[in-house]
Amino acid sequence: MKNEKLNEAYNAYVEARIPKTKPWPSLFNAFWVGGLVCLLGQGINELILYLFPSMAEQTAWAWTLVALIFIASFLTAVGVFDKIGKFAGAGTIVPITGFSNSIASPAIEFKHEGIIYGTCVKMFSIAGPVIVSGVVSSVLVGVIYYIVGLF
Amino acid sequence: MQTFKLKNRPKIIGSYSIAGPKEGKGPFGKYFDYIMKCDRFGEKTYEQAERKMLEIAVTGAIQNAGLMVSDINLMLAGDLLNQIISSSYTARAFNMPFLGLFGACSTMAESLAVGAVLINGGHYKNVVCATGSHFSTAERQFRFPLELGCQRVPTSQWTVTASGASVLSLEGEGPEIAMVTFGKVIDLGISDVNNMGAAMAPAAADTLAAHFKETKQNPEDYDLIVTGDLGKLGSEILIDMLEAKGFKLGKNYSDCGHSFFTRKQDAMCGGSGCGASASVLNGYIIKKMKAGVFKRVLFAPTGALMSPTASQQGESIPGISHAIVLEMGV
Repeated sequence: MKNEKLNEAYNAYVEARIPKTKPWPSLFNAFWVGGLVCLLGQGINELILYLFPSMAEQTAWAWTLVALIFIASFLTAVGVFDKIGKFAGAGTIVPITGFSNSIASPAIEFKHEGIIYGTCVKMFSIAGPVIVSGVVSSVLVGVIYYIVGLF
Repeated sequence: MQTFKLKNRPKIIGSYSIAGPKEGKGPFGKYFDYIMKCDRFGEKTYEQAERKMLEIAVTGAIQNAGLMVSDINLMLAGDLLNQIISSSYTARAFNMPFLGLFGACSTMAESLAVGAVLINGGHYKNVVCATGSHFSTAERQFRFPLELGCQRVPTSQWTVTASGASVLSLEGEGPEIAMVTFGKVIDLGISDVNNMGAAMAPAAADTLAAHFKETKQNPEDYDLIVTGDLGKLGSEILIDMLEAKGFKLGKNYSDCGHSFFTRKQDAMCGGSGCGASASVLNGYIIKKMKAGVFKRVLFAPTGALMSPTASQQGESIPGISHAIVLEMGV
């Protein structure tokens, strides 16, 4: 039995009572930690170019991403990343570190269900939507690019 | 009528509580019978750890009652995991008849109420009631992997790692179950799974109001009125809703989940899970009743009867609450 009006009134009442997240401290922490992650990435990039002067810049970028992904997965595995993420929020979720964490954490979590049905199946349970939307949007852009190229 | 008076007044003659390390550092820490040193509890998986907690709680309660496992005629238990595996697998370890219950976090009251009615009717002699929850098993079933670096919203609650068991019988010493009130499923359309308190508060308000009306009592007639895991927000809503129905909850009202952790333990709105009310009842309340601190207690934990599938399909969260009246030395 559902009473739409009563439910609406109750939802409005609850909404008014819900404790809200304080936006400014969260934003500030996300900003400076996110900035630090970017600084770290830039530092790694500069270091690679310094150590291998003949390397193409694009190749160095790829290695930088690999390094950041490794660091985030490593921190996830030793149980530190979730504490940083809880503090920094979007600061560590938005850079590639968040993506790495979202794949590594279910992989660890579900390893007791077996390599195939646990780790492999669940690995993309959080990152999956990001990959799907990435692929779909690149297909759309590709089609637009192709049509524009015809003229 | 939802409320029954039990003429023969079955007693809780044995009780046992067990909690995880984080829970052990909370305000109830010193009342629990056993505090685990590690969340994994020496097992391979968290599911096995939850089961081991339940086994220890059941064994502990039977020992506390001065009975043998073979003296128990029936086990009533439930938990949060799919198909209540922790309870069924625990029952597998004991050679006794078993009825599985699902009342989500209200299971402790549900099992005690069903057990008390069965004993009152003369059908059973000794019944053991148990339930428990584990943070890590609940997280993976209802929310995210443990190591995911995400933030919790202010209305969220922390599923406690704890378990509790009670032995009911007509013979022996302990708090008597004087009345039981079985609750209705109430749903006021809350669909936010991070706001269980608001989803369950209407069920608690409904059951408590029915209890007060049918027994012609007021909240002041109890030394302690305690809900399970409404949390900070949920218990504030309950106070509001009951006041609107004409019953004013005073200082004798408390919520197990709300007081389960200290503010420093960062559990947002408080603890939740079957284990919250089960461990507080068997660890704290029963001990305080035996010490004479509380004489009449109204124990009314609430449960959220949702599943991740139903929530993902946009269904709202139905709540339920069962109440039992415990009396000792009245």
